Amino acid sequence: MAFASFAEFLAMGGHAPYVWSAWGVTALLLLLIVWHARVEHRQLINGVKRRVRRERARSTSAAPQNAAQFNSVEGGMRDDA
Amino acid sequence: MWAFIHKLGSPKWFYGISAKLQPWFWAAAALLLVTGTLWGLAFAPADYQQGNSFRIIYVHVPAAFLAQSIFISMAISGLVFMVWKIKVADMAAAVMAPLGAGMTFVALFSGAVWGVPTWGTWWMWDARLTSMLILLFLYLGVIALRGAFTSRDSASRAASVLAMVGVINIPIIKYSVDWWYTLHQPATFTLTSRPTMPTEMWLPLAIMVLGFYSFFIALTLMRTRSEILRRESNKRWVQELVVGQVEEKR
Repeated sequence: MAFASFAEFLAMGGHAPYVWSAWGVTALLLLLIVWHARVEHRQLINGVKRRVRRERARSTSAAPQNAAQFNSVEGGMRDDA
Repeated sequence: MWAFIHKLGSPKWFYGISAKLQPWFWAAAALLLVTGTLWGLAFAPADYQQGNSFRIIYVHVPAAFLAQSIFISMAISGLVFMVWKIKVADMAAAVMAPLGAGMTFVALFSGAVWGVPTWGTWWMWDARLTSMLILLFLYLGVIALRGAFTSRDSASRAASVLAMVGVINIPIIKYSVDWWYTLHQPATFTLTSRPTMPTEMWLPLAIMVLGFYSFFIALTLMRTRSEILRRESNKRWVQELVVGQVEEKR
């Protein structure tokens, strides 16, 4: 141990503002980076889940509608011709 | 060898293997950083000239090492992407850039703070300081370039080219202290000679450096996986994997 007491440790021999600001900014940045990476990953997982749910909902409920739309498009094309 | 490279280049394979490797690198990073922090802040002896302000070295040097290593990694990834069209390499390069910029900022900030009690100034247009500032701008340029294109492929190629060109700055940073010795002292650590510091000073520094590198690897694995999810969310394997995870949890 390089310091006799905790108060001395905090004081850093008069260099407290320098030591603690350099270490503080570094620690804060690393923690923020980890937090951001976790949130990002979770959000992306949820995004894929939502996408799968949406696509499944569309493919199960909208099958007949798709056919109808397809007919109407074809009909439209025939009208144009 | 080729089969291995192509396997590594497959997002699906990478997603799986990185999930297995990731916890080990996070654990190593946590262990090394906590040990290095306690040792460096509380147990290492104070410098006979600089007193306790020298403890800034334990964040300054690892951040500066990492800032440069990440740029080299980004340039290599860019080269791999350009030559072999391996998408995972580009994804890794994309997630490396913000961490590299962050580490460059930490190196500059901690250096400036350290400079006040040591040199009596927080900034000087010294070669090392200036070349590190250029590195920060290169990182910001790479990040901005990725956002500047509507086509992902154009953005990836532009960012790769800037990384490959910008890597010229790395040897300039390295030799700046020898070529123009103005303010910043030459390397404290070299691979070829014994450290000039006593063991109880350089050992925690070595631990911090390893901790920062583990952190970089762990974060890059994690965020490359996120990037795969972002870019490949329309792929069947991604959807099956993610939905499969949901069913497992139930």
